[in-house]
Amino acid sequence: MRRKGVGAPVLHLLMFLGALVTLAPLLWMIAASFMPVGEANSYPPRLWPSSPTLVHYRDLFTRLDLARSFLNSVAITVLATVISVLVNSMAGYGFAKLPLPGRDRLFRGLSAALVIPAQVGMLPLFLLLREMGLINTYAGVLVPYAASVYGIFLVRQYTLGLPDELLDAARVDGAGELRVFATVALPVIRPILVTLAAFTFLSAWNDFMWPLIVLSDSARYTLPVALANLVGEHVQDTELMMAGSVITTLPALLAFLLFQRTYVRGITAGSLKG
Amino acid sequence: MNGTLHRRQERAAWIFLGPALCLIAVFFLLPILAGLLLSVTDFDIYAIGAPQTARFVGLRNYQELLGGEEFWQALRNTLYFVLVGGPLAVAVSLGAALMLSAPRLRLRGLFRTIYFAPVVTTLVAVAIVWRYLYHPHYGLLNYWLGLVGLGPIDWLGDPRWAMPAIILLAVWKGFGYNMLIFVAGLQSIPEERYEAAAVDGASAWQRFHAITLPGLAPVFLFVAVTTMIGYFQLFAEPYVMTQGGPLGATRSLVLFMYEEGFRWWRLGTAAAIAVLLLLITLAATLIQLRLQGGRR
Repeated sequence: MRRKGVGAPVLHLLMFLGALVTLAPLLWMIAASFMPVGEANSYPPRLWPSSPTLVHYRDLFTRLDLARSFLNSVAITVLATVISVLVNSMAGYGFAKLPLPGRDRLFRGLSAALVIPAQVGMLPLFLLLREMGLINTYAGVLVPYAASVYGIFLVRQYTLGLPDELLDAARVDGAGELRVFATVALPVIRPILVTLAAFTFLSAWNDFMWPLIVLSDSARYTLPVALANLVGEHVQDTELMMAGSVITTLPALLAFLLFQRTYVRGITAGSLKG
Repeated sequence: MNGTLHRRQERAAWIFLGPALCLIAVFFLLPILAGLLLSVTDFDIYAIGAPQTARFVGLRNYQELLGGEEFWQALRNTLYFVLVGGPLAVAVSLGAALMLSAPRLRLRGLFRTIYFAPVVTTLVAVAIVWRYLYHPHYGLLNYWLGLVGLGPIDWLGDPRWAMPAIILLAVWKGFGYNMLIFVAGLQSIPEERYEAAAVDGASAWQRFHAITLPGLAPVFLFVAVTTMIGYFQLFAEPYVMTQGGPLGATRSLVLFMYEEGFRWWRLGTAAAIAVLLLLITLAATLIQLRLQGGRR
């Protein structure tokens, strides 16, 4: 049999180099965050702190009040995840399993709306939330995450595989639709809900443009907004900014490592069935 | 009996779909329609306090945008990012996916996790990191280039290099996502086709050309279209790294919209930019569907 593609040593060398290039910025971010003041701006560049220090982390959490932004981010992300899973799981189930005239046409219409850039609605949404008094509130930041067409899509595709007989059996036993959903459907579709939760968590944690628009009071800033604000005043303090970047990005990385399998399933589910 | 059950289920359907549909209607569809309206008004900072003072101005916002230089520059910048960065990102994703799917690869799971890691990092945070990596004097990138006798390059300060620098960051940040989609696509190609080709003595390149590429076509179309739509929305990278500079070389359409709308509070003009972005995105999507869909 003929050899397939490049030889094994070359393949592994390329993969290893690729991994190094991919990780280098993140490793340097972590290393520089522990460097004493000024060490990240030396020539030749240092890759490792001469005497590791936590002073920048302390600075961020005391003097610069990043703890508050951290809590804002946690609160908004957790709320967004819970609401999104609740709203989208019910809607996805409804679109898959409950009869309604024009249901599938409605769903196709919603799916088509996915190509519309969110920015088109951002300005009126800002004015609307302003009228509702939701500017500079958690609720204002949360609104776009509550219901998502993509989330509904994920749940619907997964729920379509659930046998109707299972649901009907419960109905014959006299269970109401909400009971059927909670006791029969939910346990079966739980994997896709974990996927949806992981997706919402990461996108809410990492989002920048919408919180930047909605939040005007620095006490309400989420981490990305606070960080972008900080770099304006502290652009010279490389080590401090790296510590801030670590604090911002580490929870997202950890969440991903914990939920890697389920997160990856969400990505491929969207592409192959869509 | 059956009729009442059906009616009961229909009522339940509204309860299940209601919250999501209401939220999407009020906070997604309605604002998009309102955006169209907003774009034909002179809504500005005075109108924010008193919306009734905004007046209908027809297509004046569009005329001013299309007649001025700023919009065209932002469009050129965005197209540069989409047309150079998009294909580059897809190519890197495909290359990584092919290597990751090689049968003899070891530590596959580890490599996959590493390559994917940048996708889940916070864009603002890594944009700040890269800003320092690009530093003309102390940055690691110029240092390494110097070791092989290249540079120094003023990455973010030179109008010719600022957009390539942003593209490099965007490709690094995002290639892992499409890589996973390609990997799943590669897995869906039946192994027998490769075995049959091997029996026929096809070379690696022939197998790639005759089996892999056609097998990936549907996935490829999905990746190309979603990547392009996403790349049209370039915002946080230039916001954090260059503020649209130098000399406006990295001001994207969305950054331009943000500045007009939320810095100068010219919401009418900003809405017109958003509508133009929508039209351009739709046109580009249709062109791509036509080009790639037709080839199959």
